[in-house]
Amino acid sequence: MLAKRIIPCLDMTNGRVVKGVRFVNIRDAGDPPELAVLYEEQGADEIIFLDITASHEKRDILLDVVQRTSDQLFIPFTVGGGIRTVKDIQTILKAGADKVSINTTAVKTPEILTEASRMFGSQCIVCAIDAKRVYVDEKAPPKDRILVETPEGLCWWDVYIYGGRKSMGIDAIQWAQKVEELGAGEIMLTSMDYDGTKDGYDIPLTKEVVKRTNIPIIASGGAGTIQHIKDVFIQTDCSAALAASIFHFREIDIMELKKELQKENIPIRL
Amino acid sequence: MTMVNLAIINYEMGNLKSISSGLKKVGASVQITKDPNVIKSSDGIVIPGVGAFGDAMKNLASLKEIILSQIQEGKPFLGVCLGFQLIFEESTEFGLHKGLNIFGGRVIRLPETVVTPHMGWNQIFIKDYTNPLVEGIDDKSYVYFVHSYYPVPTAPEIIIATTQYGVEFASMVAKNHIFATQFHPEKSSTVGLKILKNFINFIKK
Repeated sequence: MLAKRIIPCLDMTNGRVVKGVRFVNIRDAGDPPELAVLYEEQGADEIIFLDITASHEKRDILLDVVQRTSDQLFIPFTVGGGIRTVKDIQTILKAGADKVSINTTAVKTPEILTEASRMFGSQCIVCAIDAKRVYVDEKAPPKDRILVETPEGLCWWDVYIYGGRKSMGIDAIQWAQKVEELGAGEIMLTSMDYDGTKDGYDIPLTKEVVKRTNIPIIASGGAGTIQHIKDVFIQTDCSAALAASIFHFREIDIMELKKELQKENIPIRL
Repeated sequence: MTMVNLAIINYEMGNLKSISSGLKKVGASVQITKDPNVIKSSDGIVIPGVGAFGDAMKNLASLKEIILSQIQEGKPFLGVCLGFQLIFEESTEFGLHKGLNIFGGRVIRLPETVVTPHMGWNQIFIKDYTNPLVEGIDDKSYVYFVHSYYPVPTAPEIIIATTQYGVEFASMVAKNHIFATQFHPEKSSTVGLKILKNFINFIKK
């Protein structure tokens, strides 16, 4: 049976790993390839690097990290952040990454998904979506949005770009359907409301996107406990759960987490 | 033999760096090459690759003869993913294309009942425990797959392991000195590295 994946995410800038809490207060946790290999040993199924380096001129530092990682890491890894062109994608894949993740550029120029998936195969094109809830008046709901009843109220999800800084006013669920059509092979779905809170994943969001698409969905944002990861796998059909700080600061041991998931009959690679 | 020298066939299909890192990790020396002399002087041939079957055969055209004659002379061979599919007779991916025809059988698309590509960690069910490639590998081990097509071998006896994804398909085949896996051993962590190590050990013997 296809196993559910556990994916540590390493945010990095200038070749070093960081993790922002609610996208601010950045802390340093080391060398990316070194951490990645450590995660492989602990049982991670895949690694995602998100490069949040502001300057595009420092791409050679990123490429060095990608190359060093591919020399040492024997599980798949994805690289995202700052990808603007098909050429960027090609350079990163050539340096040894298995997949690239595209966020802002996909929103601004959606055809990059089609072009890149044709050139390199949809299996290596991950579309990252940052989504934030917009609660609406139940008596006068907007008509052109996918509305979902959550325990916190009726809402839709808005797409954000530039690392969560700019609201686009685009329905995130409709956007997820669109990126599948355009050729994305996978969606990394991050809840802006839950990211960094350690309150658990946005289950209604994840559930709705899984229901309305036919490509693997990586749930992201909000993992704080083993129970949260159990919940997202039990309550939704997502393919993978991503987390960052709880792994970096050893609050959760991946092996222990996987054993707990197996007890719940969640298919997992041990 | 102290150091095993492998020729990784460079035919512009996907990531050759990962497979070479994996083989180096288990102690082989590798050359990514399309030079017939390097292929001839190697201790073993590896065809990795990701991409479309037809394009791959086109890119391999000039090397086809040397690869086939080397294999026929008994040189150990490892095919990975697309390199696994290429050793069969033909594929239906984007029209009918002829393969290397080392083994009989056709490469066909995974059923529409499942999401393709089949991507992620899935289990192998070992059918032939005596094969050197699966030495020390547990039944139901997880390995990493990325593919939308799979071969149906004419001769079932070459199947070393199968995997289930909408259908039960051959995920490892072997005959004498010829080995191939649908999954990526170079991306399958400890289990995958052990399989690569088994291939190297086979060559050493």
